[in-house]
Amino acid sequence: MNAMLSRVADSLYWMSRYLERADHIARQFDVHMTIVTEQAVDAARRRRRRLLTTLVGEEEYAEAENSDYHLSVLLTFDENNPNSIVNCIAAARENARQVREQINSQMWEQINQMYLAVRNQRMDELWSGQLHSFYHTINQEVYRFQGITDARITRDQGWHFVQIGRYLERASETADALNVDFRELYSNALEQDAVDQQTYLDWVGLLRGFAAYEAYSKVYTANVQPRHIVDFLLLNPYFPYSVHFGINRIQSSLQFIGEETETPKSARVYRLGGRLRAMLDYAQVDEIMDSGLGSYLLNIQNQCTQIHQLVYETYIAYSIEDKLKSMQ
Amino acid sequence: MAEARQVTATQDRRFQTYQLDEAYDEMFAPDGRPRPQYLTLFNRLLELSPSELEARQQSADLSFLHQGVTFTVYSDARGTERIFPYDLLPRIIAAAEWETIERGLIQRITALNLFLHDIYHQGQILADKVVPREMVYSSKHYRREMRGLDVPHGVYVAITGTDLIRLTDGRFAVLEDNLRVPSGASYMLANRQVMKRIFPGLFSQYGVRPLEFYGQALQNTLAALSPVSSEETTIVLLSPGVYNSAYFEHTFLARQMGIPLVEGRDLAVHDNIVYMRTTAGLRRVNVIYRRIDDDFTDPLVFRRDSMLGVAGLFNAYRSGNITLANAIGTGVADDKAIYAYVPAIIRYYLGEDAILPNIETYQCGEPNERRYVLDNLASLVVKAVGESGGYGMLVGPHSTAEERATFRTLIEANPRNYIAQPTIHLSRAPCFLEGQVEARHVDLRPYILYGKRVTILPGGLTRVALRRGSLVVNSSQGGGSKDTWVLTR
Repeated sequence: MNAMLSRVADSLYWMSRYLERADHIARQFDVHMTIVTEQAVDAARRRRRRLLTTLVGEEEYAEAENSDYHLSVLLTFDENNPNSIVNCIAAARENARQVREQINSQMWEQINQMYLAVRNQRMDELWSGQLHSFYHTINQEVYRFQGITDARITRDQGWHFVQIGRYLERASETADALNVDFRELYSNALEQDAVDQQTYLDWVGLLRGFAAYEAYSKVYTANVQPRHIVDFLLLNPYFPYSVHFGINRIQSSLQFIGEETETPKSARVYRLGGRLRAMLDYAQVDEIMDSGLGSYLLNIQNQCTQIHQLVYETYIAYSIEDKLKSMQ
Repeated sequence: MAEARQVTATQDRRFQTYQLDEAYDEMFAPDGRPRPQYLTLFNRLLELSPSELEARQQSADLSFLHQGVTFTVYSDARGTERIFPYDLLPRIIAAAEWETIERGLIQRITALNLFLHDIYHQGQILADKVVPREMVYSSKHYRREMRGLDVPHGVYVAITGTDLIRLTDGRFAVLEDNLRVPSGASYMLANRQVMKRIFPGLFSQYGVRPLEFYGQALQNTLAALSPVSSEETTIVLLSPGVYNSAYFEHTFLARQMGIPLVEGRDLAVHDNIVYMRTTAGLRRVNVIYRRIDDDFTDPLVFRRDSMLGVAGLFNAYRSGNITLANAIGTGVADDKAIYAYVPAIIRYYLGEDAILPNIETYQCGEPNERRYVLDNLASLVVKAVGESGGYGMLVGPHSTAEERATFRTLIEANPRNYIAQPTIHLSRAPCFLEGQVEARHVDLRPYILYGKRVTILPGGLTRVALRRGSLVVNSSQGGGSKDTWVLTR
């Protein structure tokens, strides 16, 4: 039996999740700025609205909807927005701090430096020509953190909780963005799969928001088609930001943790992961599109939530009384 | 005479404001020439330009900030973490000087452990009237719950950080025994890591005794006190959590030892067995290196409002299923009133004279000593024994006639409650401050580990009063620290 403190697993999981989220927001906004400048006022506003829906919430944010400056403040520095980059990195760091003796010192220093850099960034400087380099640097620094993690950390349970945090976050982000973009852009298309010049930018933006444009082009050439995008971002088993890839990783990490802890309930957790994996293994994009992409994605997100809950019930927030009973 | 005491070895402007007077100076002999162990450092300082030194200082500060070697400032609403101020210049202790310190500390901790065992068992030393019974029983840190309880190998104090100061004649003396939850070892280790990076050449030139083994030594010490064999023992460090000002130290030490850092909420006690909550279910714990005070360890026995401890821990401890390091109730032996008796305690148990002297302490309870104190209030420091943190204190040389009159009344009303000590001059060591080398007051906290045997880290934490003229070395009041080098020869 190999054990790690439940609280440590909890912190590693959230450290990883929050960092992934910060990375996601930074990339989304960086990509947004390259696209929005070429868009008409209306399309630009709708684009901001969609970003707000996936990154902040459904509420009204009039200022941010009308101005990229306010959007960047809200997404990056707003301390009242729990999902601003600064709050995500602070939360990741706070979790890392709770497990400083578990992660290696380089990991801690990397996350600590990121935090200090973002916190000390001034907004006026940002908008005087450093916008792209700022968001780009966040992505680079998160990659660097993940690089240090992957290069140096022992592949024990801790690493697998980091993986689960990262890929659950990624899978739900991808599913969420697909859902919101398709709801608006796809139903608006007069003829299915025909991409006009206006929406072309948004479709490319969807791919680039997951660093997927180049990888997509290798499979489908530069022929950007909504159906192919779904096939790629949802079902491609080899692309690291696709939902399918993420679920595969989650499933193998659940299996590792299950074998390692020999907890009776472990089987339930990885069966849940296995079911979702199998669903994606055998899915066909045409069937999904015909029967409704929205409900398919919602189903995936629900299953991700269930996995999260069951991981917590099994390994982290279980009742001590029950454990004592089962030990007797 | 006064001129001869100036630093005449150089006209260098870096030493212009260096203060030499009756306080012992670590670097310069009374004739103004560097002491032998400081000569190499002194020459190196003359070679380096102030801007080079400044650059090294900045690089050291940045390294602490990035490593997060910080303490939390409670008064700051943002919960800001500050780096523990670090002075660039090492404090150097010659091999022979250290040898005396080491023998003195071993002697002292051995006697104090015997004393703790005695007062929680037969109380022979009390029956023999070497230490007054009421001094012990009235101590705030005396824990009657510990009576008759046997701790593994009779070791009550496994980890000690004794505060030493250097007297004007150059001898080291004990200012305070910290026998409860001494802190600061991580700063000692972090200082060393940074120093090796900042002055690699100087470091290797000198031959400095290493500290790296501290983690292993601490782990071995704790394992030696385990109720089960060391192969199957599970040791944890119990921390109050991330908001505690010493949290950095807790994580640092846990990592150095390779043991889990737990909080009270990670532990549970069932049938007098302590478990921790892991991903693979509940796992038994055998030794707890606790970094929380006695009062907070178990809400069922001590403070009921404690959220930091574990309900039922003390009963598990009484049943011998778990070792706590340090043991509960060790604070009685570092009580201010007991301090004065330590030389007598050493003589009583070991039949030896104390190698490291105490600061002279007058017990106002003794008529002769009281008379002396009352006659010399203007030059003495008077302390109430039950208080700490500078409360209930009279600093004679800085006091008004009115204050002295108040204390005279207080002492006469309750003489036992007061002790007095002469005003002490801490020694000074060179510090690099704003482009100058200046002399600042320092103390020294060596760390002592007591498991199967006593291990003493060669060096310790040298704390510095960075403000000019200040005698206060605490980090909350402008204190900092510097690396401490004990030379191999």
